[in-house]
Amino acid sequence: MQKTVVDVNNVSMRFNLSTQKVDNLKEYFIKFLKKQLRYNEFWALKDVSIQLKKGERLGILGLNGAGKSTLLKVIAGVLKPTEGTVSVKGRIAPLLELGAGFEPDYTGSENIYLYGAVLGYSREFITQKYDEIIEFSELGEFIHVPIKNYSSGMKSRLGFAIATIVEPDVLILDEVLAVGDAKFKKKCEAKIQTMFDKGVTVLFVSHSLPQVQKICDKAILLEHGKVVAQGGIDEVSAIYLEMTK
Amino acid sequence: MKNYIKNFTKYRFLLVELVKKGITLKYRKSYLGILWTLIEPLLTMIVLTIVFGTLFGNVDKTFPVYILSARLLYTFFANSTKVAMKSIRSHSSMIKKVYIPKYIYPLSSVLSNYVIFLISLIILVLVGAVLSIKPTFYLFLAIIPLVLILIMSYGVGLILATMTVFFRDMEYLWSVALMLVMYTSAIFYKPERIIEQGYGWLLDVNPLYSIIVNFRNSIFGLPLDLRALIISSVFSFATLIIGTIIFVKKQDEFILHL
Repeated sequence: MQKTVVDVNNVSMRFNLSTQKVDNLKEYFIKFLKKQLRYNEFWALKDVSIQLKKGERLGILGLNGAGKSTLLKVIAGVLKPTEGTVSVKGRIAPLLELGAGFEPDYTGSENIYLYGAVLGYSREFITQKYDEIIEFSELGEFIHVPIKNYSSGMKSRLGFAIATIVEPDVLILDEVLAVGDAKFKKKCEAKIQTMFDKGVTVLFVSHSLPQVQKICDKAILLEHGKVVAQGGIDEVSAIYLEMTK
Repeated sequence: MKNYIKNFTKYRFLLVELVKKGITLKYRKSYLGILWTLIEPLLTMIVLTIVFGTLFGNVDKTFPVYILSARLLYTFFANSTKVAMKSIRSHSSMIKKVYIPKYIYPLSSVLSNYVIFLISLIILVLVGAVLSIKPTFYLFLAIIPLVLILIMSYGVGLILATMTVFFRDMEYLWSVALMLVMYTSAIFYKPERIIEQGYGWLLDVNPLYSIIVNFRNSIFGLPLDLRALIISSVFSFATLIIGTIIFVKKQDEFILHL
């Protein structure tokens, strides 16, 4: 039996939706004295549990606002769950938002080091992979130009190249397969496919059911933060189709 | 604790990168670049010497060193706490998307300002040499106030960074508070008159003053002032501990308020 790589245990995530945003002291004190500090609670996730073993590929389905992205952020460690625990073994490559750590005034090559550091790589590792990243991103001489002059496609190409240079144990994909032009898209898909072949565990969010069916072997369906269906990809996508009708 | 250290080693390189970023971006667009770390304090020293030395009739030849030493410490404290205070908010796009230990942001802000500050000490050495101040054994003790001010700035930075996430008003309040700190630090006047008039406590409650006293003492060849040393040490470690506690306690809520 393969060991569990991703273990999400009864996770709930609560947000306080203050009806008016109180972010200065004066208002806070006035509201506090008048006892008007009320929050509307909102549970983005309620009691979600997922266990994934090595090599399993899970699609996360649901309508807008069902809590899919929140779930990915909790697994990636960006959000801390209000209740429950999350444990992930091995290296996570979150392809959530490519280039979230880019500094616009830096050149492409400086950003490789900065963004690499954000993702937790060491300097030696980046130096070693530096040429490979530039080659994959197809930026050529533009690598020495400040990134604020890049087109959005160039930025995401560089982001993708840096984020996928590691061999991750867990890959988190949030509709990022729509990167760049058709040619580069193919290249990305090929790259992700090689990761699949090496047995990476995948969490995938997409609204495109065919894409999910192509990639994943398991799925869960979220509705208002609760898991309504869980299991093989075919059964869950049948329920999802029913829901979206 | 073991996890904590492991995590720190993993992100050590990021800390270095962020410190580097803080320094390079500050001077990237200027022609004189990093030289400004030396020119800027030199120019302010000249201005302050003209105003408070010449016009107010201070005839001490070493008065420029007296001003410059305190002015450098104050500038570091003011800049680093201001940047650290905003560090969580200015990195909000990163915090929302990738996991990084959050103390890295205020820490890197303070450290990049510290590096700039250390470079700017060169100008103090030069001015001291020109005005022929003889270095004594006590100069080595300058390291104590230099370390204390780093700890204090980080501690205060943590407290401010946490508070400003929840209350944006802190940014304005803090610049007013910094003004109070500046005027009660005896940067461009001799503190004796204030002490004689019975307002010495004003200087005591300002921890920066105590650090400045000891820094100056070591430059002018005097032993450290024990009372000032105790005040500044207690304050530095107290802010570090309090800052760490409230930062760690509140850091998971940051993302909900950005």
